[in-house]
Amino acid sequence: MRSFIEAHGLVKKYGKVVALDGFDLSIDEGTVVGLLGPNGAGKTTVVSILSTLLVPDAGSASVGGIDVLQSPKEVRRRIGLSGQFAAVDEYLTGFENLDMIGRLYHLGKEPSRSRARELLAQFDLADAADRPVKTYSGGMRRRLDLAGALVAAPPILFLDEPTTGLDPRSRIQLWSVIRELVSHGSTLLLTTQYLEEADQLADDIIVIDHGKEIAHGTSDELKSQVGGERIEVSIRHDASIRDAVQSLTQHASGTIHVDERTRSLVVPILGGAATLTAALRSLDADGIGLNDVGLRRPTLDDVFLALTGHTSGDTDQADAERQEA
Amino acid sequence: MIKQIRLAFADGSVIAKRNVIKIVRVPEVLVFVLISPIMFVGLFAFVFGGSIDIPGGSYREFLMGGIFAQTVIFGATFTGAGLADDMQKGIINRFRSLPMSQSAVVFGRTASDVVYNVLSLIIMALTGLLVGWRIHNGVINAVFAFALLLFFAYAFSWIMALVGLSVPSVEVINNASFIVIFPLTFIANTFVPSDNLPGPLKTFAEWNPVSSLTQAVRELFGNIPLGTPEPTAWPLQNPVIYTLIWSAIILAIFVPLSVRRYRRAAAKS
Repeated sequence: MRSFIEAHGLVKKYGKVVALDGFDLSIDEGTVVGLLGPNGAGKTTVVSILSTLLVPDAGSASVGGIDVLQSPKEVRRRIGLSGQFAAVDEYLTGFENLDMIGRLYHLGKEPSRSRARELLAQFDLADAADRPVKTYSGGMRRRLDLAGALVAAPPILFLDEPTTGLDPRSRIQLWSVIRELVSHGSTLLLTTQYLEEADQLADDIIVIDHGKEIAHGTSDELKSQVGGERIEVSIRHDASIRDAVQSLTQHASGTIHVDERTRSLVVPILGGAATLTAALRSLDADGIGLNDVGLRRPTLDDVFLALTGHTSGDTDQADAERQEA
Repeated sequence: MIKQIRLAFADGSVIAKRNVIKIVRVPEVLVFVLISPIMFVGLFAFVFGGSIDIPGGSYREFLMGGIFAQTVIFGATFTGAGLADDMQKGIINRFRSLPMSQSAVVFGRTASDVVYNVLSLIIMALTGLLVGWRIHNGVINAVFAFALLLFFAYAFSWIMALVGLSVPSVEVINNASFIVIFPLTFIANTFVPSDNLPGPLKTFAEWNPVSSLTQAVRELFGNIPLGTPEPTAWPLQNPVIYTLIWSAIILAIFVPLSVRRYRRAAAKS
């Protein structure tokens, strides 16, 4: 089957800085793909090329089977883009913004108006519809921007860091809006530097760093690359640490890591909650008191650390050093 | 082809409408539209108008043509600033990701600034009438004078459009436009008869399209004082044609350059 969104060998340089260094992409119709990477990894460049805003130095791309470089206008009819910085006009009202976008998609006067009203209601902005966007909160602007991407009900959506800079409540709100959207079968490419966001929303995750794909898979596949689950136990008394290790060895799938100072044990396991329950029973049977216990699955942060050797936050520093060099 | 032109026109008017809404909604802009024409007319009429004598005529009436010309040319700054501002905002990426005509942003901007200049001209004319300026040459000529002012201003706004698309920030526009527009509107017959200027400045003033525009407007309004010697330079003898030629040349050069520049500038982000 032919991919719905495809890119081959994309290269983009800004002066000496290499934003994309041979990037490939393949997305099936109706799936949500998360492009995950730190600041400066090249995420926005990928979205800009696919949404016809930017011409790559090398490589090719197609969206919905249409070549991005040869027929940009045809591509634009089929996509909706919501960028990192809310692309709405501050001095227009929410309604005027969406109405304008509808007219520029050539939907016609009446359809543009009714679509604008419909989206404002859907995005919980009906009350603010006739207020200038200037008076909107950050979360409201993002919702309006996202609504802007949906005016023509495009089959393909690009969301570039849709929740960057939002407070946690607005972020969770926006996630539920995005989930609702893709449940109708849109194909979505989402960029994010929030590992949790990719985990929450995407079927497939592509990890990008320094303009290259460094890993690709489902959230679970990526997590299994850095090792499986583990139980973390904090023992109440120093005296029972040795007993605890003995008691837990039968449940461990690898070496138990002991930190005497904090009286904590990290036990690699298989079998998730069932193994945790069994382990707790053994500890209880042996009369070992606990301060705390938890089942920990690796986060995408762990994935990132394992894949790149630095956490997602380190790259800014690394980039700064590269640019100075 | 016809359909494309129709769509381009429709897109341009959607953008123009958006810009016109902003004239009303951005307080700074509204104040500028309303206050600066009143200020210019009032300032020149009372500060200079009272102290300079023109034999056989009223200096205030003579001034109005120059003030009209200067104000609509300064209005072009607005075009440049508006585009520079748009280019920095996320909205430009929205426009570029839509299946709209790629020149609509620039065409819409220059079109909306005609509305801006119409407002300016109305306010200036009303203020002028209050301070003693009159139309002596009939309504038709007066309408033609306003049309000529708007047409030249429209052409000139394309120069500032190119500047606005080429500068890194809105602030630069204001400085850049001062450097260009001040000499252009002062080394002319806008405020003093160009005959009184020293050698090279006089030549510049005579061939300056701002002078021919001012001269044309004065003639059409009937604001040339009686007994004023006939101008010797060709542009001032044929001010309407000379102004139209300049407008056409400016449009022919700067429309394609600005549209191309818009496409390039937008691609850098």
